[in-house]
Amino acid sequence: MIFGSFDPLKGDMFQVLDPDGKLVAEDPGLDPVLMKDLYRWMLYGRLADEKAVKLQRQGRMGTYAPGKGQEASQVGPALAMGDYDWLFPSFRELTTYMIRGYPLEYNLLYFMGDVRSNQVPEGTKSLPIFVPVATQVPIAAGAAWALKKKGSGSVVVCYMGDGATSEGDFHEGLNFAGVFRVPALFISQNNQWAISVPRKKQTLSRTIAQKSLSYGIPGVLVDGNDVLAMYIAAREGIERARNGEGPFFIEAFTYRRMMHTTADDPGRYRTPEEEAEWDLKDPLRRFRAYLEGRGIWTPEWQKQLEADAEEMIKKAVEKAESLGPQEPEDLFRHMYEEMTPALVEQLEYLKFSLANREIEEEADEIKGGFP
Amino acid sequence: MNMVQAINSALKVEMERDPSVVVLGEDVGLNGGVFRATEGLQELLGEDRVMDTPLAESGIVGFSIGAALMGMRPVAEIQFMGFLWPAIDQLASHAGRLRNRTQGRFSVPMVVRFPYGGGVRALEHHAESYEATLAHIPGLKVVIPSTPYDAKGLLISSIRDPDPVIFMEPKKLYRAGKEEVPEGEYTEPIGKAKVLREGDDITLVGWGSLVPRLLKAARLIEDKGISAEVIDVRTISPYDEGTVHDSLEKTGRMLVAQEAHRNLGFASEIAARAQEKMMDVMEAPILRLTGFDVPFPFYRMENWAMPDIDRIIKGIREVLTW
Ligand SMILES: Cc1ncc(C[n+]2csc(CCOP(=O)(O)OP(=O)(O)O)c2C)c(N)n1
Ligand SMILES: [Mg+2]
Repeated sequence: MIFGSFDPLKGDMFQVLDPDGKLVAEDPGLDPVLMKDLYRWMLYGRLADEKAVKLQRQGRMGTYAPGKGQEASQVGPALAMGDYDWLFPSFRELTTYMIRGYPLEYNLLYFMGDVRSNQVPEGTKSLPIFVPVATQVPIAAGAAWALKKKGSGSVVVCYMGDGATSEGDFHEGLNFAGVFRVPALFISQNNQWAISVPRKKQTLSRTIAQKSLSYGIPGVLVDGNDVLAMYIAAREGIERARNGEGPFFIEAFTYRRMMHTTADDPGRYRTPEEEAEWDLKDPLRRFRAYLEGRGIWTPEWQKQLEADAEEMIKKAVEKAESLGPQEPEDLFRHMYEEMTPALVEQLEYLKFSLANREIEEEADEIKGGFP
Repeated sequence: MNMVQAINSALKVEMERDPSVVVLGEDVGLNGGVFRATEGLQELLGEDRVMDTPLAESGIVGFSIGAALMGMRPVAEIQFMGFLWPAIDQLASHAGRLRNRTQGRFSVPMVVRFPYGGGVRALEHHAESYEATLAHIPGLKVVIPSTPYDAKGLLISSIRDPDPVIFMEPKKLYRAGKEEVPEGEYTEPIGKAKVLREGDDITLVGWGSLVPRLLKAARLIEDKGISAEVIDVRTISPYDEGTVHDSLEKTGRMLVAQEAHRNLGFASEIAARAQEKMMDVMEAPILRLTGFDVPFPFYRMENWAMPDIDRIIKGIREVLTW
């Protein structure tokens, strides 16, 4: 039970493994099969994320928001979720998506500028990326309330960043979640930065976790680079919520190891020393050391995982890149259940002008004549 | 200077001239803004003149209103127009109303500036054009430059303006071209359209990102013997209908182009005012070339969503042959 034992107002942080992978709390006694899954997904996530950055650099993808360094705070909760639980993500949760059955090729396609990436596969209980910061929070609260009302037994897991906790929507959403005792777990990935704004300048609040207390929601500060701590904390939060004990809040204390997005240059606002310090706290490094000590991690297994990941990523890239072009209809489809007359007219106009082009953007001559 | 540099220069000139001018917003300090519009300003003027704020748009605008009420001249940056929405309450309920509802006792001299529009392969929510929504709010002025020179002169005027000014920057044009821009101070008038090219056969009206396309279209049809007048509206609120109507008087035909959605865009206002007052000189209906009534699409489809040179040419022909 971590509930009640870690006071965010005092800055207490729940941790199971230290940065070197040594147990600093009671052995949680997790099944080795589960532990292997935790590691496997962190590695898959890391490699997929690195590939995405490469694709962007090669001009095969648009602006991308890397999640490197945040794998533990994504994998722990994702594996603690049940089949019927719902994900309300932010925009940096590639790894969570993969685990929750939102295929990697969709995520790549999203950043390749293709709206079809948002057509969440049937059966996948997740919303697509939320770009306007913190807007998912009240929506997640409402969804959780409805799921409870329907007696579904499902829990909503809602992600946001540290900067997101400054937005009004964050506060309104949390307050609603509390008032209506909704079955939701809110996770703020405090990766220390909101683009160039450091956590300390974002709020005078000592921790992010304590913000939930003002809405009557228990909050814990968890070492977000410790996948065991994240798994256990999320599991407890999800169980509480499922048992009708209301929402739960986790501040995952982690680090954005890369740029905010591929369009950003962190060299402008943070030091290499700070980055190097956090490299040592990396979630994969630490969990691997722990698993190695337990005889679970071996170099052969690592090689096997890397080979599997490469194969999976390659397939996903191929799928994403081989999706055929879109048609003018795709711009107008799905606006309403039924297309309005104005949209029909606009579609016809677009089709006509594309079919009868007489000059391209860069050209200097018009094909058609004038009266 | 390109447009971002011109904006940066305007901020610098005004901040050096008037100590009550402050810049605030997300990432505007050390990072110099995500488009670098405030680059170097914090270093020059300090952290209490160029302030990184928490991530909260309603906070940024509300805070600016409060500061303006107490005699400061805040210039707030919103990172992208798509993220302005949380601040609309502050703009509509307070910035645009305070002078009127206090019957002149208070006023809100502030600027809210942000990049808008598509064409840069941006992510979802990073390419919107909702200028008409803002122009619809009484009490706000809405300024949209299309050149580096105008950007600087209009931004200086906006900062000096006694009322709240929304300053919309076409991000597609941020680095699209350079022109001679004076280092020092100068102003361009708010509420005044600019005739960029004279012509007799048709009036082409636009603002912001579409102005270069209208100019190119005018140049191309000149080879076909058509003479087009091109007007950059520059301020959509207050709108300078006089300049546009004078042109219409001469040409009798008009095409208005906007990147924004079609339904209730500012082109509709321009057309409505022209038909109310200029019916007797009009030789053809006014044509609106617009975006579509769909969310601005992901970048693979973005070129379809904006009036391009081809559609402008087709539109001109349609108006001329009516
Ligand atoms: C409402 C809104 N304002 C601004 C932005 C631009 N923006 C995108 S991410 C970001 C910083 C988010 O910081 P944080 O919540 O800590 O999440 P992180 O990026 O660190 O994962 C900003 C300012 C946005 N997407 N939405
Ligand atoms: Mg952050």
